[in-house]
Amino acid sequence: MTAADAAPPAAQPEPDGADGAGTAGGTGSDRERLPGAWQLGLLRGAMEIRLFFRQREQVVFTFAFPIVFLFLFASIFSDTMKNTGTTASQYYVTSMIASGIMSTSFQSLGISIAIERDEKVLRRLRGTPMPPAAYFLGKIWLVLVTGVLETAVLLAFGTTVYGVDLPSTAGRWLTFGWVFVLGITGCALLGIAISSVPRSGRSATSVVVLPFLVLQFISGVYILIDTIPNWMLTVGSFFPLKWLCQGLRSVFLPQAAAALEPAGAWESGRTALVLGAWCLGGLLLCLLTFRWKNRGDA
Amino acid sequence: MAEGDAVRVRGLRKRYGDVVALDGLDLDIRAGEVFGLLGPNGAGKSTTVEILQGHRSRDSGEVSVLGADPAAPDRRWKARVGIVWQDESAVTEMTVGETVRHFARYYPRPRDPAEVIALVGLEAKARSRVKELSGGQRRRLDVALGVIGGPRLLLLDEPTTGFDPVARRQFWELIRTLAAEGTTIILTTHYLEEAEALADRLAVIAAGRVVAEGPPGSLAGRAEARATVHWAGPDGVERSEETGTPTATVTSLARRFDGEIPGLRVTRPTLEDVYLRLIGQEDPR
Ligand SMILES: Nc1ncnc2c1ncn2[C@@H]1O[C@H](COP(=O)(O)OP(=O)(O)OP(=O)(O)O)[C@@H](O)[C@H]1O
Ligand SMILES: [Mg+2]
Repeated sequence: MTAADAAPPAAQPEPDGADGAGTAGGTGSDRERLPGAWQLGLLRGAMEIRLFFRQREQVVFTFAFPIVFLFLFASIFSDTMKNTGTTASQYYVTSMIASGIMSTSFQSLGISIAIERDEKVLRRLRGTPMPPAAYFLGKIWLVLVTGVLETAVLLAFGTTVYGVDLPSTAGRWLTFGWVFVLGITGCALLGIAISSVPRSGRSATSVVVLPFLVLQFISGVYILIDTIPNWMLTVGSFFPLKWLCQGLRSVFLPQAAAALEPAGAWESGRTALVLGAWCLGGLLLCLLTFRWKNRGDA
Repeated sequence: MAEGDAVRVRGLRKRYGDVVALDGLDLDIRAGEVFGLLGPNGAGKSTTVEILQGHRSRDSGEVSVLGADPAAPDRRWKARVGIVWQDESAVTEMTVGETVRHFARYYPRPRDPAEVIALVGLEAKARSRVKELSGGQRRRLDVALGVIGGPRLLLLDEPTTGFDPVARRQFWELIRTLAAEGTTIILTTHYLEEAEALADRLAVIAAGRVVAEGPPGSLAGRAEARATVHWAGPDGVERSEETGTPTATVTSLARRFDGEIPGLRVTRPTLEDVYLRLIGQEDPR
């Protein structure tokens, strides 16, 4: 049994007149507690995760996509990079983990929320006393679970096939932890924000995928960071993906590989700062711009 | 606001771009009443209902629903208002049972999900995925989600579209049960026999205004309307006579025929006759 199945003991409808007809305003007797946002967020998270895994096609493609890309890039570019003690394949393992994190958060939320808005799922939820925070918490749970799974699958592939080493020190695991959490949160919030841009569910995929693709090119996902023109990298560094990639490289590549970075160092502090700023800024953006209805439907 | 009013609307106006959907609409709906909204396509019924739900903004006018302005609903207010939209609803991978139980969790005092599923006649489908339901079965799920929270006020926009005759009767029973429990119910419908069977009072809306309001039996002077007595003449051709005193007409006919009157019928205007006259589409019979 799952959370949603364990319904609470249902209150019987009150007998005629107990507190119904006469008191239309109905204040006094409605003092019972409304279910809390945190609890309903867990409930929604459990449901979202169950629904996600019921859509088998979606599951297969979500997880297969970055693996296929990893295989392509890591096989095409596999040379040892000079003075870094690492191979291009290993570089792409970290890139694809970053890209996988962004696709399970930014892309999947951006598209799915736009579709739910269009299909009136949001309207139905707005018609219930569910607090809006519960909806977003549910999405965050979904993103965390799928993001962790995606990362685990890519890491398993990367360590067995391309000889990437798991972090060897507690310090690196810690870095991995905060880079993952800040990165996935920032991208998820950006995804929620961009879901308000498309006018309908049908256009959502194009609206969301284009900026994601562009970001992947200018953030060093597909193209090695030392090959991208500086001005592009500068644009990319305003967004979280570039820092997510850089943070993951600092966890999984040898210290010498820091020479690849434009700054010649991992810049952990700046990574934390930018990702953290995106979490706050993204939250603000969501609060200011989130729409429950399609645009123009007043 | 008068004591016991569930809904009070004054001078409600709403336009979409150039289209005036509501043009000064007034309504008073008492607590515990079953209230029917009738009107042709595009009359403004859904717009009215959506404004009462708090899902649509209004341009002007006063609206009070359960003592609050629906434009700024709080969670307690939402827990007391049940909604069935005209156009539902997402088709999901969830089962009927999961969906109803899930929505029950949002409310402080929900009805028993199993009971609600039975009330809308979906027991046999409780374990089916929503996407596997037929259109009418989906509509019943919409109704189940509208009542699961144990609402004080239920707003139904053409709830029985796509129902088969048995499901429709079952729905009528559900509405009567809820009404007997004291729920205030507002429903729109294009089925006049449904409005007549369920509603304590009706309002007919045309072009964004209420053109008539009253109990179905006496709407727009229906009760006082003249009756028509029909009978067959000796030549077998049907005769009829409109009269304010049908009993006298029948008595005199009985005397004339000296007993049984062939083909005797006494009719008064049906709700449909009154309705068509009100919206200016009188059937020229
Ligand atoms: N979202 C919208 N955008 C623009 N115009 C709209 C919108 N919704 C309704 N209208 C217009 O407002 C008017 C009233 O529409 P409404 O949906 O309230 O009618 P209705 O009485 O519910 O009709 P029906 O019986 O067909 O459901 C119509 O002319 C319709 O075209
Ligand atoms: Mg309508």
